[in-house]
Amino acid sequence: MESSIKSSKIDLDIYNLIEKMRKGDRRAVARLITKVENGGPEVSKQIIKEIYPETGKSFIIGITGSPGSGKSTLTNQIASEYLKKGLKISIIAVDPTSPFSGGALLGDRIRMKSNFTNKNLFIRSMANRGKLGGLAMATKEAIHIFDAYGSDIIIVETVGVGQSEIDIFKSAHTTLVIMPPGMGDEIQAIKAGITEITDIFVVNKMDRNEADKRVNELETMLDIAENIVVDQKNHNIRIIKSNKWRPPVIKTNAISGENVPELIELIESHREFSKTTGLKNKKLAYRYKHYVVDIIQYFQNKDIERLIFSNPKINEFIDQILSYKTGSDPYSISEMILELFSKRYFS
Amino acid sequence: MEKNIRCIVAKPGLDGHDRGAKVISRGLRDAGLEVIYTGLHQTADDIVESVVQEDPDVLLLSILSGAHTILFPEIMKKFKEEGINDVLILGGGIIPDEDIAKMKEVGISEIFGPGTKIQEIVDYIKSHLKR
Ligand code: B12
Ligand SMILES: Nc1nc2c(ncn2[C@@H]2O[C@H](COP(=O)(O)OP(=O)(O)O)[C@@H](O)[C@H]2O)c(=O)[nH]1
Ligand SMILES: [Mg+2]
Repeated sequence: MESSIKSSKIDLDIYNLIEKMRKGDRRAVARLITKVENGGPEVSKQIIKEIYPETGKSFIIGITGSPGSGKSTLTNQIASEYLKKGLKISIIAVDPTSPFSGGALLGDRIRMKSNFTNKNLFIRSMANRGKLGGLAMATKEAIHIFDAYGSDIIIVETVGVGQSEIDIFKSAHTTLVIMPPGMGDEIQAIKAGITEITDIFVVNKMDRNEADKRVNELETMLDIAENIVVDQKNHNIRIIKSNKWRPPVIKTNAISGENVPELIELIESHREFSKTTGLKNKKLAYRYKHYVVDIIQYFQNKDIERLIFSNPKINEFIDQILSYKTGSDPYSISEMILELFSKRYFS
Repeated sequence: MEKNIRCIVAKPGLDGHDRGAKVISRGLRDAGLEVIYTGLHQTADDIVESVVQEDPDVLLLSILSGAHTILFPEIMKKFKEEGINDVLILGGGIIPDEDIAKMKEVGISEIFGPGTKIQEIVDYIKSHLKR
């Protein structure tokens, strides 16, 4: 049977939107993202195949950290700073979907009011729709769309639940972790896993007490982390982090903008470092490896589901399970089906 | 699965009454909709830009200050200029009965006043989506 990944048809509707985007039409950009959000991989496939050669140019900044730490406010400041340089900026702000209602209240945009009408800025709020890992299913595709649209910088703000937001590392070139001062034990909880994904630590709300204390705690934590040798086989992420980059720690005030120019300098120096050391390409390879796994899993699953439920040849195997003999258990039969599947027995 | 409905809730002009806007934002979220709350003091340009970028199905405008007679037509004019006609646009807050016909004339689909239940708004949205 024909694999579902192979068809290269593109809906006229989607193609027209891409053509409009190429002419700079912002509504077309927005509609393409909506299509991806609602259409899933079947739609993403059509869009990405068409626009991929126009991507790979944007610099992607990831912003993560616990809710209320000031991610959105700081994102707006970083955007303002880059807008001053005349650059084209796009922001993807992800917030959680309520597991109870399936609805979401997306409140990041409210912190970015000062730049609403700047035509060089595009802000897109996105509900994670139950996806774990800090981003939405459609975030990767939205990044590619903004890239093809010609964004110089794409800033991605994650949901911000803390520990397991590893997805942003797969998507961003430079990842910032924002922490407010004075949350006591939180640092203990956060440090497992977070140092691996962080390129720059930001202690926001420096106008509050204990910002310096938090900076010191982080520096100490980094001292310790530098001395821990990790089993490289099991720590994929650490392998592609260069040990020559020690994440700097900087204090900011995201409301007044204090230290934001300095933060931009750190971001730019990490960007330069990644490029010259080859870290950027290593990260990209890591990103696309995961992307490919996701895609193959999705389409493979669909192919297999279709096979199991619609191909009559499968019934003889299912019938064998009902005999309750040695070797006719569901695992053995699945292995047999999988093997025959790879030999195209069913096509 | 049902389609995810995206909404923007905005407060145009200098009106500082945001309780109602917050109540409907939360209420719609709890009814399963995705709600982008853009906050107070939105100009017509702010609102149109937000709609361009967020591509919502519904825009909800809340005004209690009495400025709707000026702001609603101004906002609707901008939408016309941008060629945006597939977004359901609703108004609410303190809008005197005698103004309602005029607001509908400029393109606001329906007006909701004090005491409106969230379910009424949800039902209206679901049966009047433009796409
Ligand atoms: C609470 C209140 C305040 C609070 C506001 C707090 C806040 N952050 O919101 C405070 C004390 C700050 C305040 C101040 C003022 N207020 Co006042 N305030 C009220 C009051 C008593 C209740 C409003 C309220 O919160 N209702 C509860 C919410 C949940 O209901 P709601 O907003 O109506 O929303 C519901 C529906 O209308 C609907 N809805 C609302 N918007 C939308 C939008 C859409 C799309 C949809 C579908 C539905 C919808 O859904 C909601 C749920 O049912 C009203 C009188 C009244 N009874 O409405 C006066 C009132 C609105 N205020 C009034 C005035 C004059 C003022 C001041 C100018 C007073 C002054 N001279 O200083 C200031 C202005 C402040 C400012 N910056 O704008 C007048 C407005 C007169 C007018 N429009 O001609 C009113 C009507 C009182 C009156 N009868 O004179 N106010
Ligand atoms: N005092 C102070 N408050 C801040 C600072 N940055 C953000 N805030 C406030 O912290 C709250 C949460 O900010 P927000 O950007 O929404 O955080 P997010 O949830 O991480 O996106 C808001 O009330 C901000 O105004 C800061 O540097 N100092
Ligand atoms: Mg936020």
